[in-house]
Amino acid sequence: MPNLIAKSALFGRAPLTLSGTTLAEAQIGPITSVAAFRGKLAKVKKVLGGFPAPNTVSGNLIWTGPEQAFVLGQAPDLSGLAAVTDQTGGWAALRLSGPLAADTLMRLYPLDLRAAHFPKDTCARAPLGHMQSILIAEETGFLILIFRSMARTAWHEIETALQTLTARSSAEI
Amino acid sequence: MRIAGKGLIDRTKPVTFTFDGKAYSGFQGDTLASALMANDVRLVGRSFKYHRPRGILTAGPEEPNAMVEVLDGGSQSPNTRATVQEIYDGMAAQSQNRWPSLRYDLLSINDLAAPFLSAGFYYKTFMWPRAFWEALYEPIIRRAAGLGRLKRQIETASYEKAFAFCDLLVIGSGPAGLMAALTAARAGADVILAEQDSLMGGRLLSDGGTLGAPWVEATLTELRALPNVRLMPRTTVVGAYDQGTYAALERVGLHRPAAPHLPRECFWRIVAGQAILATGALERPIAFENNDRPGIMLASAALSYLNRFGVVPGQKVTLFANNDNARHAARQLMAAGVQVAAILDSRADASSVEDCPVYLNAAVTDTQGRHGLTQISGTHAGGAFQIDTDCLLMSGGWNPLVNIACHQNARPLWREDIAAFVPQSGMVPGLHAAGAANGAFSTQSALREGADAAVQALAALGRSATAPDLPQAEDAPYRLQPLWAVPGKGRAWLDFANDVTVKDVKLAAQEGYTSVEHMKRYTTQGMAPDQGKNSNVSALAVLADATGRGIAETGTTTFRAPFTPVSVGAMGAGGQGAGFAPQRYMTSDQASRDRGAPMVEAGLWYRPSYFPKPGETTWRQSCDREVLMVRSAVGVADVSTLGKIDIQGPDAARFLDFVYTNTFSTLPVGRVRYGLMLREDGFVLDDGTTARLGENHYLMTTTTAAAGQVMRHLDFVHQAYCPTWQVRFISVTESWAQFAVAGPLAKMLLNALLDERIEDFPFMTHAEVSVEGVKARLFRISFSGEEGYEIAVPTAYGEALFRDLLAKAETLGGGAYGMEALNVMRIEKGFITHAEIHGRITAFDIGLGKMVAAKKDCIGKAASQRPGLHGPEREQMVGLRPLTKTEIGAGAHLFNTGDKVERVNDQGYVTSVCWSPVLESYLGLAFLKDGRARHGQRVRLVDHMRKTDVLCEVTDPVFLDPEGAKLRA
Amino acid sequence: MRLTCPLCGPRDRREFYYSGTEDYLNRPPEGAPIEAWDDMLHLRTNPAGVTKDLWYHETGCGSWLLVTRNTVTHAVLATELVAARKGGAA
Ligand SMILES: [Zn+2]
Repeated sequence: MPNLIAKSALFGRAPLTLSGTTLAEAQIGPITSVAAFRGKLAKVKKVLGGFPAPNTVSGNLIWTGPEQAFVLGQAPDLSGLAAVTDQTGGWAALRLSGPLAADTLMRLYPLDLRAAHFPKDTCARAPLGHMQSILIAEETGFLILIFRSMARTAWHEIETALQTLTARSSAEI
Repeated sequence: MRIAGKGLIDRTKPVTFTFDGKAYSGFQGDTLASALMANDVRLVGRSFKYHRPRGILTAGPEEPNAMVEVLDGGSQSPNTRATVQEIYDGMAAQSQNRWPSLRYDLLSINDLAAPFLSAGFYYKTFMWPRAFWEALYEPIIRRAAGLGRLKRQIETASYEKAFAFCDLLVIGSGPAGLMAALTAARAGADVILAEQDSLMGGRLLSDGGTLGAPWVEATLTELRALPNVRLMPRTTVVGAYDQGTYAALERVGLHRPAAPHLPRECFWRIVAGQAILATGALERPIAFENNDRPGIMLASAALSYLNRFGVVPGQKVTLFANNDNARHAARQLMAAGVQVAAILDSRADASSVEDCPVYLNAAVTDTQGRHGLTQISGTHAGGAFQIDTDCLLMSGGWNPLVNIACHQNARPLWREDIAAFVPQSGMVPGLHAAGAANGAFSTQSALREGADAAVQALAALGRSATAPDLPQAEDAPYRLQPLWAVPGKGRAWLDFANDVTVKDVKLAAQEGYTSVEHMKRYTTQGMAPDQGKNSNVSALAVLADATGRGIAETGTTTFRAPFTPVSVGAMGAGGQGAGFAPQRYMTSDQASRDRGAPMVEAGLWYRPSYFPKPGETTWRQSCDREVLMVRSAVGVADVSTLGKIDIQGPDAARFLDFVYTNTFSTLPVGRVRYGLMLREDGFVLDDGTTARLGENHYLMTTTTAAAGQVMRHLDFVHQAYCPTWQVRFISVTESWAQFAVAGPLAKMLLNALLDERIEDFPFMTHAEVSVEGVKARLFRISFSGEEGYEIAVPTAYGEALFRDLLAKAETLGGGAYGMEALNVMRIEKGFITHAEIHGRITAFDIGLGKMVAAKKDCIGKAASQRPGLHGPEREQMVGLRPLTKTEIGAGAHLFNTGDKVERVNDQGYVTSVCWSPVLESYLGLAFLKDGRARHGQRVRLVDHMRKTDVLCEVTDPVFLDPEGAKLRA
Repeated sequence: MRLTCPLCGPRDRREFYYSGTEDYLNRPPEGAPIEAWDDMLHLRTNPAGVTKDLWYHETGCGSWLLVTRNTVTHAVLATELVAARKGGAA
C-alpha cells in the first residue's frame, strides 16, 4: 500500500535487439546481501541450505566476495551469524542474451566469457568498463548487476558495443 | 604494369580510387601501392628532411617512403602506408610532405642545402640564444617536421576495443605460423592466429615457391573448420606485455567505405598462455649513392608485387644483391616475361649462371633519374658500367623481425653466419620464435620450426601435441656475404624515412656519438614511423665499422612497443564522449531537469547547481534566493551521493573506534555522531556522521568524493589489522535515496508526508519512520545550520518522494535548493568539505584536535602526534571577511599587512568562498598560520589570477549562529 | 600485467588498485617510538628484484592481496589474501 510510485533504474526503456541479441532491463526482485561473520560460514551454509563457491551461482545465491553472497529474495534469520543487508534498490539488472552476447561483453569486460570458459552459473565480480559489476552467466546470455546510478552508462556501453559488432558483421565481405 | 595470369587479386571486381585528385582503377585485393604500380605511378611521396622524390620500397608495413593521407568522410589518416592500405571504391588518398604538388615541391630546396643539414644540424644550429627557442626555433622545426598533418578536429569516427583469450597466440601466418597453428589446433588447443596482412599465408603468397597459395588455402580451410581456432587477419600484434598479455591492432573499417558504427580499428588485448613469434624477416636495403630514387626497391617486394598482385615495377629490371636468395626475384620476373638487364652480385665467388647477364664483384655507385630511376652506374669485375634501367632491385640479406621478442628489454643475439640478430629463448616468457623470425630462412626450415615451437609451447601448458607431416618445400642455402654500404663520397641512404645517410652515421661517430643509442638520437636514425625497421641493423653495422668495433659489441638500440604505429583513437577506443567516465544519476535527476536546473558534475555524479525561477538571469540570483528560502522557510536537496556504508557485527563498535578518532562504542542506539577519520600518516581522510541503528549495527556516511577511498580504507584496516573481528560492511549508497529537508518549516513539511507525525525529534537522533506507506529512515542532522533532517527511502521510491517533497515545500514558500546554495550555507556555518580536507590537513588544523580520543588507539593517532603536525606554526582554519564588498576567490594567498607579497612571507591560503546573502558579505574559509590566535586581526588577501588585493578580517570559521541554536531548535 | 586473486582467479591489472609496500601491514603497537612509525610510513627499500606489495581487488571482490613479484623480470611469484595471512594481527 505505498502511495509512492516505485521506479526501476531504466523505467520505461524498451528492450533493444540487434543481430538477434537483446538487451533489456531485468526485474529480479529483492536482493539481500549475506556476509558471514568470521568462523560462522558453516552455520550460515546450514541455514541457507548451501553457500556458493567463489565465482559461482547456486540456486538463488550469487557469490559476491569473501564469504559473502547475494540472495535473490529475502534471507532467512541469520542474526549473530552474518551481516544481512537489503541491496534491492542499489542495483540495476540488465540482461543480454543472444548469439552476440559474449562477444559484446568481451568488448567491455577483461574476462574470457566464451561459454566454455564462463559457463552457466558462473559469476564474477568484475568491471564493466570503469564500473564495478556482478556478472552472471545464464542459459542463453548474461545477467549484469550494476550500481543503479550508472545504469544508463552501462546501457550505453553495451548498446555501443553491440552496434559495433552488428556493423562489423554486416560489413563482412 | 599489370601482368596477366598472376596475383591473388580479384580481377572480376574493379575498384576506382583517387590519388592526389586523379582517378585510377585497380582490383579488389590490391593495396594502394600495387594499384599505383599497376598504373605506372612511381612517384608517391617526398622524404622527410630533404623532400626527395620517393617511390615504393617495400610491400609491407615497414614501408618508409610510400606514406600517404587517406581521406574518408570526416576522417583523415596521415602517414598511412600505401603498401598496407587496401583500395576500395571511392577511396581518396593524397601524397604528403609536399607543397604545392608532389612533382614540384618547393621545400626540395632543402636537398640543395644538404651540406648544411647533416646529422646534429638542429642541435648545432638552434643552440642559442636561449630565448629564441620557444619563439623562433621550435615553431620552425615543428612546421618542417613530421610527415602527415593532423586534422585538428575532434575525431568522431568510431573505434573499438576488445579482449581475447587463448592457449596459444601465433603471431604471423607464414609457413612457420601456419604450421604452428595447425599443430596446436589439431592437438585441441585454443589458438589465435594473428596476421597483419589482409590474407593469411605470409611469404607463401608472394615468393612464388612450390608450396604457394593452394597449400595455404588447404591449411586455412582446415583451421577455419575447427571451433578452437580463431583467425585474425589484418591484425598486427604490436606489443608483448607482462603475464602473456599482447596488444594487437585490427584494421576493421580502413579498407572499406565508412559506415555507421563500423569501427575504423579495433585495439585488442590478447591474453595468451603461450605465444609463437612467426613474424618472418625483412629484407634489408644496401646503401649506395642515390639509392633512394623511385624505382629502386627491395627484391622481395618485387616478388610480392608479381605473385601477390600481378604487377611488375618496371620494364627493364636490374638486381643488386649480396646473396643467393635474392636471385629468385630476377628469375621469376624473367619467367613472367620481364626483361632483366643484369644481376649485379657483390660477391666474387657467386654463381654467374642465370638467364641474364650476371656481374660478380659488383657495386652500384650511383643512379640517375629525377622523378624515377633511368640509369645506374658502378663497377664490377670487368670494370665500370652504366646500365639503363627503370627498376633496380636490391637485397642486402634478411633481418629476422625480432621486435616483439625484445619488448621486455632483453637484447637479441648476433649470429655471424647469417649476419643478423635473432631472438634468444626466454626473452619474453612463454614466447617461442620460429622460422625466419628465428633466422631459419628456408621455407622447409620454417615449417619445421613452426611445428616444433607449437609442440614446445603446448608442452609448457601441460598439453601434448605431435608435429604433422611436413610438406616438401624449398630448402636452399642462403649464402650471404655482408654488404652494408658501398664505399663512396655521395649520399647513400640508410634511413629513408628520416633521411639519414651513411655519412651522417660516420659523422656521429667522428663527433663522439659512438654508442648506438647516442648515434640514434644524434642522427634521428630509426626514429621515423618505420622505427628503423629498414635501417637499424645497417646503421649500426656502419657505426661498428666507423668505431672499429664488431656489430655484436656495438649492440642494438631498444625495441619498444608498438611494433607499428597505433592511432590514439584506437588506444582510447570507447573513451570518447559518454564513454570517458561513468555518469551517475540520482533518482531526482529528471525532476531537477524538469525545473530547469543546470546539472554540474560532482565526481561522477550529476547534481543540480541551482533551480532558476522566472526573472532570474544569473546563478547568483537563484542561489541567494535559495539560501534565504532555506533560512526562512524550508528547502529540499537530494543528498543521495553521500557514501553510505552499512556496518554490522559484534565487533562493529570496536571497529569504528579503531577507524574513527572519536568513540562510537559509547554512542547510544538511536543516536548519530559526527566522526573524523585519519589516514595512518595522521592527516584527515574523511568526515561524516554515523548512526547507531542497533546494538551491533551502524550506518556510516562518507563525503561524496571519498566514498570509494573510505571503503578501500575500511577493507584494508579490517583485512590487515583485525581480520578475526566479527564485523562486515557493505556499501548501501545506492540502496537509499536520501533528501535533506532543512529550514524553520522542515518539521512541518515532513509531517505533511510522514504517516506518523514527529514531534520531539532531537538533534543527532534517528528513527525508522513510514512516509506515504514506505518504510524510511529519518535522521536529524544538518549541513546548513538550520533545523535539518535527512529522510532516506529505498532508491526505487526516490523520484516520487522528491517530487512530493518539492510540491509540498512550495506550498510552504520553500522549494528545492542546489549545490550552490548548499555550499553557501555550509560555508556560513564553517562546515568543511574536501576543499578543506585536501590531504595536507590535520585534525588540529581544522580545530578538531580534541576529537582524537586520548583513551584509545586509532588509525592515524600516533602519526598525528608527531612534531610539526600541530602547534602555532601550522596553518589553521579560520573565517575571512573582506573589509570591502570585494569578490574573493579560493586559491588566493594571505599575507601580513606590511609584508612584501612574496612566497617567503606567505601566511596561508583560501579554500572556499561564497557570497552570503544573510550576512551581505563575501565569506571565505582559509588556512592561516596560527590562525586561531588571530581572530579579529587583519590579513591581506592577494589573488594574482583574479587580480584581487583586499584586506580581510580573520574570524571564527562559523559565521552564523555559532551557538547552534537553530540547529538544535 | 595480470595478477591472480586467490578468490577470483587471474585478472587484468586494471581491476586492482596499487597501494604500496607490505610495510603497511606491520603496524607498530600503541606507544611505539616515533622511529617505528617513521619506518612504517616512510622508509622504503625499493629493491631491484623480489618485492612484496599490496594490491586491492577494487573492481573485483574487495580483497587486499599481498603480491610477491620481481621488479626486474616483472614475474609475479605469489599472491595471497592479506586477511588469511599468517601472523595477522588481532
Ligand atoms: Zn578478487
